[in-house]
Amino acid sequence: MRTRTGQLLPLGLLLPSVAFLAVLVLVPMTQALLLSTVTDSGEFSLAVFQGMLADANFSDAWRNTFLLLLLIVPLQVALALVIALLVNSRFRGHRLFFLIYTLPVAVSDLAAGLLWLAAFSERGYLNSLLQSAGLIGQPVLLLSFDNFPGLVTAIVIAESWRTTAMVLLVLVAGLELIPRDVLETAELFGANRLRRTIDVVLPLLRPSLQSALIIRTIFAFQTFAVVLALAGRNVPVLAGGAYSWYATNQDTHIAAGYGVVILALSIVAIIVYLRMLSGPRGLEVQR
Amino acid sequence: MNARVVDRTLIYGGAVVLALWGLIPFYLIAISAFTPQSNVSDYPKPLLPTVVSVGTMQLFLESSGIVPAMLNSLAVALVTVVVGLALGTPAAYALARLRFRGRETFRAVLLVTRMFPIAILAIPLAAIFVRLGLYDNLISVALVHTSLALPFVILIMGGVFVALSHELEEAAETLGCSRWGAFLRVALPPAAPGLGAAAIFAFVISWNEVFAAAILTVRTHTLPAQVLASLSTSPLALKLVAGFFMVLPAVVFIVLVRRYLRAVWGPI
Repeated sequence: MRTRTGQLLPLGLLLPSVAFLAVLVLVPMTQALLLSTVTDSGEFSLAVFQGMLADANFSDAWRNTFLLLLLIVPLQVALALVIALLVNSRFRGHRLFFLIYTLPVAVSDLAAGLLWLAAFSERGYLNSLLQSAGLIGQPVLLLSFDNFPGLVTAIVIAESWRTTAMVLLVLVAGLELIPRDVLETAELFGANRLRRTIDVVLPLLRPSLQSALIIRTIFAFQTFAVVLALAGRNVPVLAGGAYSWYATNQDTHIAAGYGVVILALSIVAIIVYLRMLSGPRGLEVQR
Repeated sequence: MNARVVDRTLIYGGAVVLALWGLIPFYLIAISAFTPQSNVSDYPKPLLPTVVSVGTMQLFLESSGIVPAMLNSLAVALVTVVVGLALGTPAAYALARLRFRGRETFRAVLLVTRMFPIAILAIPLAAIFVRLGLYDNLISVALVHTSLALPFVILIMGGVFVALSHELEEAAETLGCSRWGAFLRVALPPAAPGLGAAAIFAFVISWNEVFAAAILTVRTHTLPAQVLASLSTSPLALKLVAGFFMVLPAVVFIVLVRRYLRAVWGPI
């Protein structure tokens, strides 16, 4: 780090980015609040939110978004933790395997839905495999509109597959911050691998777990294209509501209302996680 | 069998199973894309394809709006890269090399904006762009994508500048180089690979983005927006080819920038 310079140079270097983000993030955010609470004639009104609460589609979207969140986030954090510990054991070839595990991070949610559509469609590869193995007599309609559990399972698998990679990157970065000598000391005192993992690694990994949970929960509220690709309109979700109210029904006010709900949920999630996971820490690890 | 052998078997067995879980969807979309049109409704499908053809891909590329949408995606992504790097590199340099008031606040703002819900931004932005006459325009999509990519560019480049020694730059300055000259001639060249990684990252973010592109365009769709708009009407075989085309460049690029992935998703 260099010595303190005047305020002018950093200001000049930062200003373009700050101004850009202010215009493209802060302005629309304020605008979303206005759009959802002020009518076209300029009066303050909560009609948008009252209308949403009375709308069956909104309560379905609300329920499905939380259902997917509760199924996906714990599953992928557990899976990512297992993979991260495996990679961190530094077995021979772990670099190649780590690259393979992180590949899905490049896949968009729309593309992830389409990738898994190849497996789950009526004449897709899952049914083909089961049929060839003689386990089923005819294709199972996993993605039929009246098979809600099937649709949800497909979405959970596709979205977990895609986003576990992101959680993995957060956790591996966290594991690398844990000093080796702490682990060696634990080993010296006779702790086996399981004890070391539970008593030393996991507590020290808590800040990373917290980051991962926050990032994933916020993204889970925005789950959208993977659902449309696999389930069409049969599983409404909050972000899908924002899209269809804007693109299909052309009601900017209600669409903005959905956006505000998603933002509010994201903020609540951050507060809850910070409260839940910030308790007393035994050891602070900082680089 | 001794404990070590059991240990190894467990580790490699687990590693291979998890690798299969990661790779199988890529494999399935690839063999789907190469399935000839005459075989798309075969059942049960062989897991090892016996015939391959680019016919279905050709059909996809010839269907209306796909090639223009790909060109639109490319144009938007390139503008995102250029504007993102032009805005982000100076900010990253300041963050890495200078002490100033508000430095920590700026860092925090970046970490928060990297996960800001796009749903709340896209809809009011659409209303604003309509008023400005920029609606259904690739420039507006590129601006939104830049705001999504900018925090990542700054985080990657910040990491790069922190890792590079600042002493060389100071030496250049004592030898009579201006600060700007020292930055351009001494700091920037070794940062080039990082700059490339940041560019690729910005490209992938833009190439993959669905929601804002779908909201902000009606006729000038990007590829994901075009695919999303035709989800309910297009035949399954073409949807799978679309998935293949969207995934292919993104995966190649991520392999190229793998070293920088951790800088982006490190702890908050």
